[in-house]
Amino acid sequence: MSNTAPAHTAVSSNRKWALGFTGVVAFFFILNKFILPEAPRGIQTFFNNWFSLTSMAEIMIWILMALGLNIIVGYAGLLDLGYVAFWALGGYVAGWLMSPFFSGISLNFFGNPREGFEFGIHFHVFLVLILGGVFTAIWGIIIGGPTLRLKSDYLALVTLGFGEIIPQFMINGADIAGYNVTNGSQGIGGLDDVNLFGYVIGTFALPEKFLMVSLMAGAMIFFSIRLRDGRLGRAWLAIREDELAASMMGVPLWRTKFASYAIGAVGGGIGGVGFAILVGGVYADRFNFVISIIILAMVVLGGMGNVWGVVVGAVVLAWINSIGLIQVGNLVNNTFGTNINFPSYQFLLFGLLLVLMMLFRREGFIPEARIRMVMNEEKLEDEENVSDETKIGHH
Amino acid sequence: MTSVASGVARKKKVTPSAILIKASMVFIIAVAVYWLGLNLTNDPLQFAQVTVNGLNNGLLYALIALGYTLVYGIIELINFAHGDLFMLGAVFSFAVLTEFLGADSPSATNYALLLLVLLLTMLFGALVNTSIERLAYRRLRNAPKLAPLITAVGMSFVLQWIGLKWIGSNPVNVNTVLPSTSFELAGVVINFKTLIIFAITIPLLIVLAFIVNKTKRGRAMRATAQDKDASRLMGIDVNKTITFTFAIAGAAAGAAGIMWAQTTGTVAYNLGFQLGLIAFTSAVLGGVGNLYGAVLGGIIIGLIQSYNDGLAIGPGQRWSQTMVFTILILLMVYRPGGLLGETAQEKV
Repeated sequence: MSNTAPAHTAVSSNRKWALGFTGVVAFFFILNKFILPEAPRGIQTFFNNWFSLTSMAEIMIWILMALGLNIIVGYAGLLDLGYVAFWALGGYVAGWLMSPFFSGISLNFFGNPREGFEFGIHFHVFLVLILGGVFTAIWGIIIGGPTLRLKSDYLALVTLGFGEIIPQFMINGADIAGYNVTNGSQGIGGLDDVNLFGYVIGTFALPEKFLMVSLMAGAMIFFSIRLRDGRLGRAWLAIREDELAASMMGVPLWRTKFASYAIGAVGGGIGGVGFAILVGGVYADRFNFVISIIILAMVVLGGMGNVWGVVVGAVVLAWINSIGLIQVGNLVNNTFGTNINFPSYQFLLFGLLLVLMMLFRREGFIPEARIRMVMNEEKLEDEENVSDETKIGHH
Repeated sequence: MTSVASGVARKKKVTPSAILIKASMVFIIAVAVYWLGLNLTNDPLQFAQVTVNGLNNGLLYALIALGYTLVYGIIELINFAHGDLFMLGAVFSFAVLTEFLGADSPSATNYALLLLVLLLTMLFGALVNTSIERLAYRRLRNAPKLAPLITAVGMSFVLQWIGLKWIGSNPVNVNTVLPSTSFELAGVVINFKTLIIFAITIPLLIVLAFIVNKTKRGRAMRATAQDKDASRLMGIDVNKTITFTFAIAGAAAGAAGIMWAQTTGTVAYNLGFQLGLIAFTSAVLGGVGNLYGAVLGGIIIGLIQSYNDGLAIGPGQRWSQTMVFTILILLMVYRPGGLLGETAQEKV
């Protein structure tokens, strides 16, 4: 009986967090849909400055991204420094399959093309989400496949390499052997409006779009928690903690790592599709290394492996990045009469955050119990056995 | 144990996937050779010109790659901040030589100042690198591998921010001390700058090789790289040795920084990220942990990049980065140990 007690508390704490998440989403949806348009100007500007719905919707995308990376870094313990590649790939799947971009083809599969732009490929949004997930999963396998046998830090380098190559391909993609594949740095704009069973979410229907990406983030949270407790999730944790021991216990190392790469990539792909729908297009110059590092910082800050920790990390960092730094800066500058350019401290903030977290709180702010143990475990055999007294040369 | 190892090796040779990998490797090399041959016969003069340019860059890459390889050799850390250290070296040299000392045109006194600032920049690089090691990496020496790696990424951002605050977000033009004259050798235009890079880089590389191979400190470094505990028992101060390694790596990065600023005539805060990755690829290509490998890798990468950017028949400059990273990825697939290194596969 005592064994079931921790499981119970885990479930109930999950329930609390889930309720909280739903509550926050519902609050912002109702606020922006029904209350704010009627509210006095002061309240309107306050919310638009500090919690603008555009940033709130983007935060949901960041949650998707961070949870996807969490499967790779947090669950399986593999470092991925090029996660932005999946964001880009997912975005371009949406760009290719929901827009008039391929004007030579005319293919409409339950799509919702704009009037006068019936050419191009127009798939239903659900199909695009599925295809985006599948496409990025395949790329996850391509990226991880040749390198998962290597040392973990080499793997980090290869992912970084892909994180550079894929966006560069997108930027140069206006002329691949004479074909325009990605429209180069101009990107693909004018995505179709989402049509959910006859209910059309217009280009400027922000509250509905927010609700849509929130649902996607919620689904990702759900799957992350379920995956972690399942057979595959436990295999990932085993690999993360001790590969050798895990393989001795019958965990197929390669296949399990492969799965983490593929499934982790899906988060990025779906997030990429969501983001493309949110901004109505996909633009190549957004995808750079800094994005990969910000997503990594979210996972590290919140607590590697802990779903709710990562969610909180994503919310906090994404908010700081989009609104917080500017607004707090304005507030400080106005109150103290200073003139400090706060957004220019972004690099310092993220750099120091990573360094300080690693030095003083490696397990993150909302840590998972197991990760705390692993991250603070010193390698006994290396240092402790040979203590300082044995430095013969100094006597 | 040995029988198990040889059994694994024998099994590997037979598998069809191994044959496929070998065949595809031969195919890729054949394509590369064909591409170079096509360009050579098409326009030999241009080919020679591009080769000279490639050597020029390659030597600078080699200097940066040395830092990666030294640090990786001794504590198995990919020091992501190293490229940004190089950038800071370039910025520092610009601030001291060009702005503070006002040396912005070729003259005898300015050459002397250049040498002085070269030493200062190397000192600066060594100082910054050792302080990073002291403040961050040393505390994490026994932590799981992910921790120092993430710390290095964080450090890279901090250094980039320092560069950003120092010179601003736009690339800055440097009025160089080196003359921009050139001469022709059998139709190939050779810049004096290239010669000066050769004249400074090659002695530096020889001195570094001497330090690592012949001096007592160098022996301590190699011993520490092999086995920290055993070398500690032999009376080697491991911490001091690691600090010394970081100092040498930082000095090499500083030297590369000032040479870069003086030869290309621009510095930018985000210089370090791309060049650091190129240099790391060079180190891996040569065999990470191997000093000569880093030099060889740097020159090869310099040449490949130059061929890619400069040859008439080729992908062109917009694919430059892709080319370098593709090489990195292919290396990981076919020869993770690099050209001169040992195989780097995980035990399991």
